[in-house]
Amino acid sequence: MNRALDGLRKRPRLTAILLAILLAALPFMMGFGLGNSWVRVLDFVLLYVLLAIGLNIVVGYAGLLDLGYIAFYALGAYLYAWLASPHFGLHLPFWLVLPIGAMLAGLFGVLLGAPTLRLRGDYLAIVTLGFGEIIRIFMNNLNAPFNLTNGPQGMNLIDPVSIAGFSFGKPLHVFGMTFPPTYFYYYLFLAFTLLAIFVALRLQDSRIGRAWAAIREDEIAAAAMGINTRNMKLLAFAMGATFGGLAGGLFAAFQGFISPESFNLWESILVLCMIVLGGMGNIPGVILGAVLLTAIPEALRYLGDFQRATLGHVAVDPADLRMLLFGVALVAMMLFRPAGLLPSRQRKREFAAEDGVAEQEQASLYDARA
Amino acid sequence: MSLLMAQGIKISYGGIHAVRGIDFEVAKGELVCLIGANGAGKSSTLKGLLGLVSHSGDLRFNGERLTGLATHAIVARGLALVPEGRGIFGRLTVAENLDMGAYLRRDRDGIKADRTRAYELFPRLAERNKQLAGTLSGGEQQMLAIARALMGRPSLLLLDEPSMGLAPLMVRKIYETIARIAQEGVTLLVVEQNAHLALQISQRAYVMESGVIRLSGPSHALARDPQIRAAYLGD
Repeated sequence: MNRALDGLRKRPRLTAILLAILLAALPFMMGFGLGNSWVRVLDFVLLYVLLAIGLNIVVGYAGLLDLGYIAFYALGAYLYAWLASPHFGLHLPFWLVLPIGAMLAGLFGVLLGAPTLRLRGDYLAIVTLGFGEIIRIFMNNLNAPFNLTNGPQGMNLIDPVSIAGFSFGKPLHVFGMTFPPTYFYYYLFLAFTLLAIFVALRLQDSRIGRAWAAIREDEIAAAAMGINTRNMKLLAFAMGATFGGLAGGLFAAFQGFISPESFNLWESILVLCMIVLGGMGNIPGVILGAVLLTAIPEALRYLGDFQRATLGHVAVDPADLRMLLFGVALVAMMLFRPAGLLPSRQRKREFAAEDGVAEQEQASLYDARA
Repeated sequence: MSLLMAQGIKISYGGIHAVRGIDFEVAKGELVCLIGANGAGKSSTLKGLLGLVSHSGDLRFNGERLTGLATHAIVARGLALVPEGRGIFGRLTVAENLDMGAYLRRDRDGIKADRTRAYELFPRLAERNKQLAGTLSGGEQQMLAIARALMGRPSLLLLDEPSMGLAPLMVRKIYETIARIAQEGVTLLVVEQNAHLALQISQRAYVMESGVIRLSGPSHALARDPQIRAAYLGD
């Protein structure tokens, strides 16, 4: 296994081709192997990867703890619903609505960022948490005096994505087989996710990425390097929010229905858990975290069947068990892999023992004497 | 004309007046130090110079008014700060820290030459260039902070308590380096509690106390001043 991995590392082109084939075939493998409901899970995995990559820009790159991230997801989703559903009678095409949603979310990112520029750590977390709740509560209550969001009932009959006359809303029948819309959305989401990964990786190694790293490490020193810390922090908020808004629009089109319930605090915390679990600041880690935290809870649904088969009845509700195992997994990870499953180089080193430091101090003193 | 000219600088945090109207200047090529006890307002003064805290008064650099400018704009005009407590980027490597010092520069060749020069000045950093800065010893971190500030080719380098928290031998080594940097033509303003060392290497000094400048003059004269000797040099 290890030798096979080494071999792949030496042949990047072959790896890329194999990975492309795997990603292209994945929904069919899941659909035929585990049932079509797993293709739907795959779609959600991709949406969460997109969200996690966006939040990673704010938290992982720039070090700004944002607990209200899901608000941007909500804004993207509601904007899609406003512009492409019977609610206002507007049915704009998705390629127009998605960018508008992403930009609106980005604008709100700046609006959230501006008053919180002087805050860090816990204080920033509390303010962003409040922001997330404000958006959700607005969505919950803006059905009167003017019905903007349809309140807690949510918005229904949102237009599915449609490309060149081909609507993603209906299943496709070919060769005597039926493919539900989840298959089409998989490829659409995959395209956006790959784009997001590309952008995030390029950002990391850019001048902007280095400025964010400096701000994360020491804001005063970063300013002393000549970095415009205010603009860079706003940019991090805006970029992260843009990804969130994009994911929200895709979510609305995919589900056809949205309600404020989908955008509660738990969702923000879940996305944050994904990047912490996977390895903050490191894109492969973030992807792994999103995949695991979306797929594992789904897999744990089978615990109900398992109990029925072995005990004859369901002793513990699988939903309760899922949360318990989720908690245990997080605690175990903090104990055994505090920097995440696939930490970035920097975080791995930060958590590693620093035995050498005392020795070095001695050695440098010796130097000074010489 | 002086490189840096400060007149009536005041800095306050809410109701607390940390700096109560001070005048000082630094001429090109000079090594000037600002000494004083804890809480005298020295660090606040440096932070004010760099726009990290807002100040009132008239602050001019090369004749241009700095008051009211944002920190990054002030740095772009040629000031660099080695912050108190060093402020290195712990999770970046030594080499990455140095590159960050050249953040505003675009001349790739010049940056490369300056990096080589920094490694000549501090051979220890060259040995450890791929190591994370957070794993360096305190003295090495101070060297890195100075080297990083020099990477911006500042016309005025501000140092905030370079001796803080370091072993005496390391302090001596850091001060030898500061003297060497001054000899190479960099203008320096050093804030220091360790009056003894600061007066040894500097040409002129200001003595701060409770937010005002009590004394100023050539360092060798101040070092002999009975008041200074009693208050700062432990006589």
